[in-house]
Amino acid sequence: MKKILITALVSTLAATTIYASEIIKGSGASFPYSVYQKWIKAYNKETGIKIDYIKKGSSKGIKDAKARAVDFAGTDKPLSPRALKAAGLYQFPAVVGAITMGYNLPEVKDLKLSRKAIVAIAAGKVKFWDDKVIAEANPNIKLPHKALTFVHRADGSGTTYNFTYFLSKVSKGWRKAYGAKKSLSWPGDQHIGGKTNSGVAALLKQTTYSVGYIDYADAKNNDIKMAAIQNKAGNYIKPTLKSFQIAASKAKLDPKKDFYAIIADPSGADSYPILAATFILVPSEKPQANKDVTKFYRWCYSDGQEIAKDLGFVPLPKSLITKIETYWDAKGIK
Amino acid sequence: MEKIFRNLSLSSASLVFIILLGIFITLFLASKDAINEFGIGFITNPNWNKEVSIDATDKSSQSAQDFSLEDDFLADDEDDMILDEDDAILDEDDMLFDDSIKKTFTDYGALVPIVGTLLTTLIALIFALPIAMGIAVFLAEIAPKNIAAPISVAIELLAAIPSIIFGMWGLYYFAPIVADLVGGYQVSLLTAGLVLGIMILPFMAAITRDSMNTTPDVLKESAYAMGATKFEVIKDIIFPYSKVGIIGSIILALGRALGETMAVAFLIGSIFALPTAINSPTISIPVAMANNFGEASGLGESSLFYLALILFVISFGVISFAKLYFLKGAR
Repeated sequence: MKKILITALVSTLAATTIYASEIIKGSGASFPYSVYQKWIKAYNKETGIKIDYIKKGSSKGIKDAKARAVDFAGTDKPLSPRALKAAGLYQFPAVVGAITMGYNLPEVKDLKLSRKAIVAIAAGKVKFWDDKVIAEANPNIKLPHKALTFVHRADGSGTTYNFTYFLSKVSKGWRKAYGAKKSLSWPGDQHIGGKTNSGVAALLKQTTYSVGYIDYADAKNNDIKMAAIQNKAGNYIKPTLKSFQIAASKAKLDPKKDFYAIIADPSGADSYPILAATFILVPSEKPQANKDVTKFYRWCYSDGQEIAKDLGFVPLPKSLITKIETYWDAKGIK
Repeated sequence: MEKIFRNLSLSSASLVFIILLGIFITLFLASKDAINEFGIGFITNPNWNKEVSIDATDKSSQSAQDFSLEDDFLADDEDDMILDEDDAILDEDDMLFDDSIKKTFTDYGALVPIVGTLLTTLIALIFALPIAMGIAVFLAEIAPKNIAAPISVAIELLAAIPSIIFGMWGLYYFAPIVADLVGGYQVSLLTAGLVLGIMILPFMAAITRDSMNTTPDVLKESAYAMGATKFEVIKDIIFPYSKVGIIGSIILALGRALGETMAVAFLIGSIFALPTAINSPTISIPVAMANNFGEASGLGESSLFYLALILFVISFGVISFAKLYFLKGAR
């Protein structure tokens, strides 16, 4: 009896260690979590390789990567080449996502929001929909004199970080007062918070005369109307996969600088402005493990594109993928 | 054998005490930074995660976050990277520190979540108590057996529903109804309190019914024999007799209502502002923790632990007060 128990114990232990060694572990950013999840599932189906990605938030991901607790970490905020060197990490972009301004105005279609209007709404300075700051951009629409409700994320999230990052790029006052944060105490008294993107989507759908920031996929899946946003060139751009791709191609992601750049508010006449890239960090001293990670991401860049599109993420432009491949080559992690 | 048995049972009993003490100590240690920073004033401070000027004499009246929209817009890329809350930890050497940022610090206070927690619990109790009593009286005294049995099962099933389901049902179906009836936002103090009330209802009803069932038949029969009506029997015999059980059920329900997280997180609106009306959104302590813990670091994380400590003390205080005061009086 004892013997059987011991054999059972030993074999279980052995099984778990073998099992554990096959898993690639990752943690970090929550903004790309949905697309990573789908990629991991599809990749596992195709290759049998298991990958675990836990969404802890970018800052915890960076901490994990520095502590070598994971094989790769996701972060929405890229690290500078100097910080990377100090921590012994390599960095490359994984995917680009867009954030939209969803709104619920029963009688209005094709709403346009200027950069100023978005900052004003987020700062709680717009009380009614027919406020000058919104009306200016919409001369052909009769806006109702109804109280405006701003819907935001209640939980800390990469979506909030990227949205407030955009606001900080647009407005000096916003940058000084709030900056880019994953959660903040929103000003004004006409706002409500929803838990997770689906919570925000539900609130936008149920609350008439509301407006809020939400990722493209959730807005699309819930049939939420999305406003055209004024970009840097002054044009109003509707959120579509095409305008996201145009914007992504303008991003200055340079392998010499370890792709250190935030791509929000890109230039170009047809670029959609509220855009964010999310990055992967890998430890430099583990080339073998890194090869497994880069293999996975190479698969994502090619076979995973359709999955990304379905979720409202933007596949990286071809030119950028070539750059990333060269970067991997140079670092010996391809 | 006797000795081993005695020691074993003693150690299991003391384990609870040790765990309780351990939780208290870890919470205290983790919240030490925030306690040192904010002191006891944390409890009465309505700010949360708010940048406040350091040179302002009155912290609450002068916020650094007022800015005008005019002349506000950046002409071009002045600099590419923007400071965020983590930079201080992540790339110390790397970021451009703006002078204006150094003059402010991030203020945390617990007044809003504390008020939100107490008010939602109060609304839940006010809503659930009469209904629970009605159910219990009906099941224990009025309903015939063949009706009482299915209703009892339904109540027990209600108790078994996970809170996330209450949250989703509340958000998608219940909240619009409340908003239609009362006005205001779908997610509010009232919505959260009512759903919380529905959640604690089965506990109160089931325990109250059980304790009503323990009323000796002799007592009831003698009352009927004296010519008492059903109402009089319930009022004068059953309620006084089952008082301890009713209070016990309220205590249990309080414990659940104070700490309920998931359902309330979907329904309370999660904004750090004191409620001005019963239908305005606010936040409760467990929701603040659940929402912000994942991305918190530094003083923010410590403040969340401070919140946890406060919740611990509140639930401990409320429940021990109820236990000592009411149960002593009842006996």
